[in-house]
Amino acid sequence: MGVIFKWLADGGQGARRRVLLGVGSFLLPLLAWCLVSYVPFIWHSKVLITDPGDVDYFQVDMRVDRSMFRDEVSNMEKTHQAPPVGTPANPIYLPAPGAVAHAFYKDFVHPSPYTDTPSLPASLWHSIKIIFWGFLISSLIGVPLGILSGTYPAFGRLSEPFIEFFRYLPAPAFGALAVAILGIFDGPKIAIIVIGTLFQQVLIIANTTRKLEATLVEAARTLGTKRLRLLTRVVVPGILPDLYRDQRILLGWAWTYLIVAELIGTSSGITWFITQQARYQHFADVYAAIITIGIVGFGTDWVLARIARRLFPWDRGLIHA
Amino acid sequence: MNRELNLPSYLDQSAVVRARFQRIRERELILEVRKLGKRYAGAQGAVEALRDISFSIHRREFVCVIGPSGCGKSTLVRILAGLERPSAGEVLLDGKAVAGPGPDRGMVFQGYSLFPWLTVKKNVMFGPEMNGYGKSEAERDALMWLDLVGLSRFANAYPHELSGGMRQRVAIARALINQPRILLMDEPFGALDAQTRAKMQMHLLEVWKNVDVTVVFITHDLDEAIYLADRILVLKAHPGEVQELIEVPVPRPRQPAQSLSAEFLATKARLEELIHPAPPPEAEEERAIKPHMIRFTNVADNVE
Ligand SMILES: Nc1ncnc2c1ncn2[C@@H]1O[C@H](COP(=O)(O)OP(=O)(O)OP(=O)(O)O)[C@@H](O)[C@H]1O
Ligand SMILES: [Mg+2]
Repeated sequence: MGVIFKWLADGGQGARRRVLLGVGSFLLPLLAWCLVSYVPFIWHSKVLITDPGDVDYFQVDMRVDRSMFRDEVSNMEKTHQAPPVGTPANPIYLPAPGAVAHAFYKDFVHPSPYTDTPSLPASLWHSIKIIFWGFLISSLIGVPLGILSGTYPAFGRLSEPFIEFFRYLPAPAFGALAVAILGIFDGPKIAIIVIGTLFQQVLIIANTTRKLEATLVEAARTLGTKRLRLLTRVVVPGILPDLYRDQRILLGWAWTYLIVAELIGTSSGITWFITQQARYQHFADVYAAIITIGIVGFGTDWVLARIARRLFPWDRGLIHA
Repeated sequence: MNRELNLPSYLDQSAVVRARFQRIRERELILEVRKLGKRYAGAQGAVEALRDISFSIHRREFVCVIGPSGCGKSTLVRILAGLERPSAGEVLLDGKAVAGPGPDRGMVFQGYSLFPWLTVKKNVMFGPEMNGYGKSEAERDALMWLDLVGLSRFANAYPHELSGGMRQRVAIARALINQPRILLMDEPFGALDAQTRAKMQMHLLEVWKNVDVTVVFITHDLDEAIYLADRILVLKAHPGEVQELIEVPVPRPRQPAQSLSAEFLATKARLEELIHPAPPPEAEEERAIKPHMIRFTNVADNVE
């Protein structure tokens, strides 16, 4: 035990340890999940009926509370009827890792061919498109606005108070309005993502811009740089690595707005998949879909971080991050 | 202590030095500062950073500005650069009033201020590109100036890969490539270690000898000021005013060994007198601090 604590205390250094700890942070929750799912005496609050015996309301594959099962067993024994048989099980909403893994495999390799039960890849692709357009539109407005607000104090004072106010209005509150204006399909969903992202984006990027070292702009001015060139040749390249980092964080936020956005109008994308599967009590598929969102989000961010190392070779924050 | 050495007056100049100052005075005026004043509207009322500053500098002079911390040295040089507007008075460069920054006044900052996203060569090319030169011309010039400061080998390195001294060489090349009339330097070597600093001082004098440029150099290091300057502008604080404009009697070319010469020591004694006058009476709270020493070590365990 002491060895482990010592290792954790001075660990976190060195590439191998870092990888090991990173893998561990995923393995630990997985291990907990496996224990709860596969060790029969941990939790398992239900009993899965394999043979109902003479209990008239029990059926095969039914999950009943453990106490109820015990009562019925003693009832049957008292009246000399056939007692029910079953195995300890968890509630249906907590499928085992194996079941989820299987659902994951099945949903991606043999997706449902029916249109009323959506396929996971198609749903995911639809969601990614919503995120893409939402984030693109938000960035096209938010990035220039943020840079201008951060560069020119007067512009910032004119725009930021209102944006600060608007930021507190919850994006989903605009759902009904968005449907009324943009119809029931993808329009309102993209709009919610834009509303959820844009206002934060302006403020964050304005802040990043203000943090640019003032002497860089001054140095450029003493070298003969004027007006618009200061913006394009100094401010923008100067903040680019930080701007990129901000955009990565904001993209993560855009994903958190996705589920609410997709419930607006006709439900679509991964949200529709999840709600449909939950309705049929296919909880393994629900977990598979949720984990897929995680993988896509985490994976995109990881790829973007890798790309940043190539794009900004001078950025020390990235070299050490 | 200097008084015991029986130093000559800092005003005594050898014939060679006197002749040199005579020649400097015959050169045309490049910079005139007239009744310059600067007030900042601070949180606790207005701060008067500069008051009634007047002096003029001849072409290819090397002038150092010294003074206690907060006396307005940076403010002065920023006004000369055009980065700050004076509240009173005016600055004339070649007889024309300064109204904003321009490539005719190069500036080197203490914090290097190189563009971290550009390589060393691109940093130096920045000025010419901003002033309408073509890429190939800018590149050719940049390589020449990098050669002059001895950094050709690092043309494609990024600033963060260089040491402090090397970065400051790049900053000097970047400022000089525009062929400014005046090079303004705000404590450029303040962040360097003593050895690098001495090297950079020598290097700067070497550059100045070979380039048609006038230097205004801010420092709070008295030795540095005497070693580099033709004249030293001494400011006093609160508000920043000119105390004296000293002609340094140390002959050129300068060598580090001169720091033991009589002229050098006399000048230094004068500067000490101006900058660190007799200590004012101790402040109330200073007197309240009375350390009470307790021995924490074994009696036999003596260090002295
Ligand atoms: N932007 C500003 N706003 C308000 N006051 C300022 C500003 N810049 C400088 N000051 C004040 O003006 C005075 C002179 O400042 P300045 O930076 O020019 O001094 P300095 O001689 O360069 O000091 P140091 O040796 O510490 O570099 C100081 O009292 C400072 O507090
Ligand atoms: Mg200063």
